[in-house]
Amino acid sequence: MKTLLKGGHVIDPVAGRDGVFDVLIDGDRIAKIAKDIPAGDARVIEVPQGFLVTPGLIDMHVHLREPGQEHKETIATGLASAVAGGFTAVACMPNTSPVNDQAGITQFMLKRAAEVGLARVYPIGAVSMGSNGEQITEIGDLHNAGCVAITDDGRPVGSALLMRRALEYASMFKMPVIEHCEDPSLKGDGVAHEGAVASMLGLKGIPSCAESIMAERDISIAELTGGHVHIAHMSVRETLRAVRTGKERGIKVTCEVAPHHFTLTDDAIRGYDTNTKMNPPLRSEADRLAMIEGLRDGSIDVIATDHAPHHADEKALEFDKAPFGIVGLETAIPLCVKQLIEPGVILWPRLIELLSATPAKILNIPGGTLTEGGVADITVIAPTAPVTIRAAALKSKSKNTPFDGWDMRGAAAATIVGGKTVFVNNAVAGAERFR
Amino acid sequence: MSDVTTLRSRHLLGIEDLEPAEISLILDTAVAMKEVGTRAIKKVPALRGRTVVNLFFEASTRTRLSFELAEKRLSADTMGMTTSGSSVTKGETLIDTAKTLEAMSPDMIVIRHASSGAAHVLARVCRSSIINAGDGTHEHPTQALLDAFTITERKGTLAGLRVAIIGDLLHSRVLRSNALLLTRMGASVIACGPPTLIPLGLDRLGVTVTTSIDEACDGADVVMMLRVQHERMHGLFLPSVREYFSLFGLTTERLARAKSDAIVMHPGPMNRGVEIASDVADGNQSVILDQVANGVAVRMAVLYLLAGGDAQGEA
Repeated sequence: MKTLLKGGHVIDPVAGRDGVFDVLIDGDRIAKIAKDIPAGDARVIEVPQGFLVTPGLIDMHVHLREPGQEHKETIATGLASAVAGGFTAVACMPNTSPVNDQAGITQFMLKRAAEVGLARVYPIGAVSMGSNGEQITEIGDLHNAGCVAITDDGRPVGSALLMRRALEYASMFKMPVIEHCEDPSLKGDGVAHEGAVASMLGLKGIPSCAESIMAERDISIAELTGGHVHIAHMSVRETLRAVRTGKERGIKVTCEVAPHHFTLTDDAIRGYDTNTKMNPPLRSEADRLAMIEGLRDGSIDVIATDHAPHHADEKALEFDKAPFGIVGLETAIPLCVKQLIEPGVILWPRLIELLSATPAKILNIPGGTLTEGGVADITVIAPTAPVTIRAAALKSKSKNTPFDGWDMRGAAAATIVGGKTVFVNNAVAGAERFR
Repeated sequence: MSDVTTLRSRHLLGIEDLEPAEISLILDTAVAMKEVGTRAIKKVPALRGRTVVNLFFEASTRTRLSFELAEKRLSADTMGMTTSGSSVTKGETLIDTAKTLEAMSPDMIVIRHASSGAAHVLARVCRSSIINAGDGTHEHPTQALLDAFTITERKGTLAGLRVAIIGDLLHSRVLRSNALLLTRMGASVIACGPPTLIPLGLDRLGVTVTTSIDEACDGADVVMMLRVQHERMHGLFLPSVREYFSLFGLTTERLARAKSDAIVMHPGPMNRGVEIASDVADGNQSVILDQVANGVAVRMAVLYLLAGGDAQGEA
């Protein structure tokens, strides 16, 4: 079974492609990328004018909630949300119930994902058993079972010694250690960015340095051990400064930022909408601008959504009692277009680097580029298609988004995983050709 | 007299939402309400047939009793609910509790809650008028209004006054509401407390911030003390009661730095010998009990205006 995507604008920064090419898919692989490929016996899809054909997007920070919290999300609903957002692969966090701290749980996740068969799933294992910060997990076993990184996400690695051992041990498998940087004592029971807005609203603050102190610590430990530390969902300019300095010194440090942190500020929490409560919290305008600058100048490696579904009942509480987090898979493309492409901060090739090529490289997984003989994981993007975010219409089981009702541009027109079209966007004119 | 005759919102969630003319309207209306309290029969029919629910999720004596009395003097039917012995202890959420009460068609809900923004949550889901009687460390609007009323009684005006607010600024909803109200009405506010208890960005409210109580008291027309809770006294905020009183306690000597006719205020409940010396609390410059008395009149004014009453006395 062959399919020829004809005349799309291929953007593949790794291969250096940014222009009109045909892409011939044969089975689950890409057979050929060239100008004017003869159709032969392939089914021909004329890619609509202006649509982008890119390596499949990869979200390296997703909470799929299964096993244990299926009322928030399941692997099936989470992957439906992923492909609707244009993601062909997601890396899922280990803070399920039970925690993904042993091979059996990793295998369960992969088995469920294979049954669902939408996007690819790359589990991330825990650093410590139960993410309790004490006993290191069987990282080798997790690696063999399919884990691509380790983290105690949601719970920072409190002990510097544990972080040291994790970085040392994981380096043997070339796995990064992903850190949710947050000093627990400085965070305390804070629920919002410590600043004038939280002060006025009477909400307990989380200071910026709660994040940057631990990032600086981890970068120093990465220097000591030669291990690779990846800073998750960076939110403050002090952390970015630490990452830049670390990179200049040749330390293996990478970092990601979530779309909400380069879109919203703590101003959005006025009114106490619990869909503006996440961790790290929405920060100041200076921090938001610093994140955009980091994306522009190359010091930020990855955009990841920190997709964190919560049931409506859990969010329908007082601000200080509601859980942290918002869903992000289905709002990522339009937010990137609105905040980064439309204002001219970066061009599409750089955005594809952030959303596909670099996460693939950091996690050492297939994809991130379109190569002859490589996996046919492809996202077709309609970069100017108008979209209105409707929380109720999200494919995710949870609807906790602060972007409900936002009118933006840019959407996944079709998502192709392993040569198979797993999502076609009915709301985008021209997308029906991929059906 | 104020030039507006009604409030724009049907809720009172915070001073933040009130314009100066609305603040003046409430204070002017409270003058008439205070007169009701001096009559032999302390009751007017303004809210006859209206139902008010007092929803107190947090311990309160003076605010709860003050609201109850205000409601009764306006002839409203009142119901009270406190958290112990209610559905809340059975795990009911705030929104479900509010919706349950709403099913009984009250006209107004007065809420006191430990979470900042709790009154805003109710205002989003309820048809009734919501009155914030203190939400976490956010606002306590009727306290600021009764404080303003008390100051105006003594000083004739708020504009141009120098008001010192001293104590635990970080955890105080009284500070936030008072700072908003006083600066909005043209007073200058100097806030004083230990650095561990000063919220970040407080100066952006147009408030001067200091850690020197002497500087705060210098030339003040009003010295307002805030309660420091006992649990702040051990742990990391403050080393001891002894040191707190020596650095931030209001004594006769410190009060002498203020204007000779300065008044001393406290929202209560007081910790004698912690934030205020007894001779100052009971001295002739203290208006602490006037604040309590005026609380009833100001809350009557708020209830009356939110029920649709206007300055002409028609509810």
